[in-house]
Amino acid sequence: MGEAFIALDRVQHVYGGEGGVLAVEDLTLSVREGEFVAVVGPSGCGKSTLMKLATGLQFPRAGSVRVDGQAVSKPVKIAGMAFQNPTLLPWRTTLDNILLPLEIVEPHRSRLRREKAAYTEKAEALLASVGLAGFGPKFPWQLSGGMQQRASLCRALIHEPRLLMLDEPFGALDAFTREELWCVIRDLQAARKFTVILVTHDLREAVFLADKVFCMSARPGRIIAEREITLPRPRDLEVTYSPEFADIVHELRSHIKDARSGVH
Amino acid sequence: MTSKQKIALAPWVFTLGFFLVWEAACRLFGISSFVLPSPMQIGVAMWEYRTQLSFHSFHTLWMTFAGFVLAVVFGLLLGLALGSSKIVHAGTYPLLVGFNAIPKVAVVPILVIWFGVGWLPAVLTAFLISFFPIVVNVATGLATIEPEVEDVLKALGASKLDIMTKVGLPRSMPYFFGSLKVAITLAYVGSVIAEYNASSYGIGNLMARASADFNVPLLFAALIALAVLGVAMYAVTAWVEKRMTGWAQRSGFAAG
Repeated sequence: MGEAFIALDRVQHVYGGEGGVLAVEDLTLSVREGEFVAVVGPSGCGKSTLMKLATGLQFPRAGSVRVDGQAVSKPVKIAGMAFQNPTLLPWRTTLDNILLPLEIVEPHRSRLRREKAAYTEKAEALLASVGLAGFGPKFPWQLSGGMQQRASLCRALIHEPRLLMLDEPFGALDAFTREELWCVIRDLQAARKFTVILVTHDLREAVFLADKVFCMSARPGRIIAEREITLPRPRDLEVTYSPEFADIVHELRSHIKDARSGVH
Repeated sequence: MTSKQKIALAPWVFTLGFFLVWEAACRLFGISSFVLPSPMQIGVAMWEYRTQLSFHSFHTLWMTFAGFVLAVVFGLLLGLALGSSKIVHAGTYPLLVGFNAIPKVAVVPILVIWFGVGWLPAVLTAFLISFFPIVVNVATGLATIEPEVEDVLKALGASKLDIMTKVGLPRSMPYFFGSLKVAITLAYVGSVIAEYNASSYGIGNLMARASADFNVPLLFAALIALAVLGVAMYAVTAWVEKRMTGWAQRSGFAAG
């Protein structure tokens, strides 16, 4: 086991200055490079705070956050993000939405204009890999919710980030679309080996996708359990109906139940 | 005739009907043209004074437009400043609201003392009366950026300027173009008020003189000219809005 890619050490974070809300306290976790990690917990437990801390959008009141061996003091620039709401820009076509990160991140930023054709081709290949081939010229509002979420994933991945942050990205989708997208993200991660932190309410989603699941307590959030998921990869959706899978989900469920009732 | 055709025809029928009723009433009750001229008499007056009307319309038009352009530039810049900085917003908002509360007709005498009678008070009044809605709308547009989009870009290392140009500006454009429709109408009111009080040309000035001569048909002819100009300017801004921000008007409910 090499050095941790992301390491949070006894982190405390407060919203709203003095006397504000204590979002997380004594939060410690580490993630290896290339690992797929899921964070589950009761609502309002500071899961989104965890994401903001790990990407350098917020800084801890106490404790340390290190990403790729560096203490985080500004946005990390190696992260792609996707949220429950696809947040595509309505005045841009799907393709232009996906190219947006390249207009920000170097070295693409200075190359984009000259090598537009190559980048467009890359974006279209990415669209095809999530099942949206040919939808580039469409505007976001011409796509269904699930298609928008696929496009949002493409936007998060176009600049080949080493870290992908997913904040309940499948939460607003129907069950079938959600399972389809599980497979999309599973295949993308298997092919590209980026590190993923997935924040979710859905225990089945966490167990199906992740190498390791962290359970957080109710606010102020901290890690109350850590569970390696050793189900063999590649995992098929069938695995979600196996007894081992059900046992793990059940075990996690009891942690969440304890967290909600405040046993920990 | 289908109901769609009826709806398309309705504006013409109603407008024509309005003038017909007006004409009939004037004839039936023998209303003096000194009180309320009939549409026919107004038409005659419009033809008779066509050179004066078009001369003064032209001046009203360019003065309104000059004031409007000033308001757009200034309103856009101030709106961006307000929308991107909480301190600027908190600091200037009370001032802006207070300034906007002043009826602009009360400012005209001051402008006349400063700049004399002429085109400048009209342009400035048009500007002063019309920039406020632009400022408020642009600032509102910037304030409604989704925090998640901001997070996505910030996590990539985007600067405040990046976020402003990639998201903030396009996001506020529907608000901006929407406010132009209001602003052009206000600018028009402003320039006509100033012409009436402190100018030697423009439709407002023509009306002031017609009123002094008790030339009621000319007064009404000038009113019609004002209505036509106003509708034309509104139509142009509405068209520009539609062209520029079609993405925000995909619902048939909001269009038009």
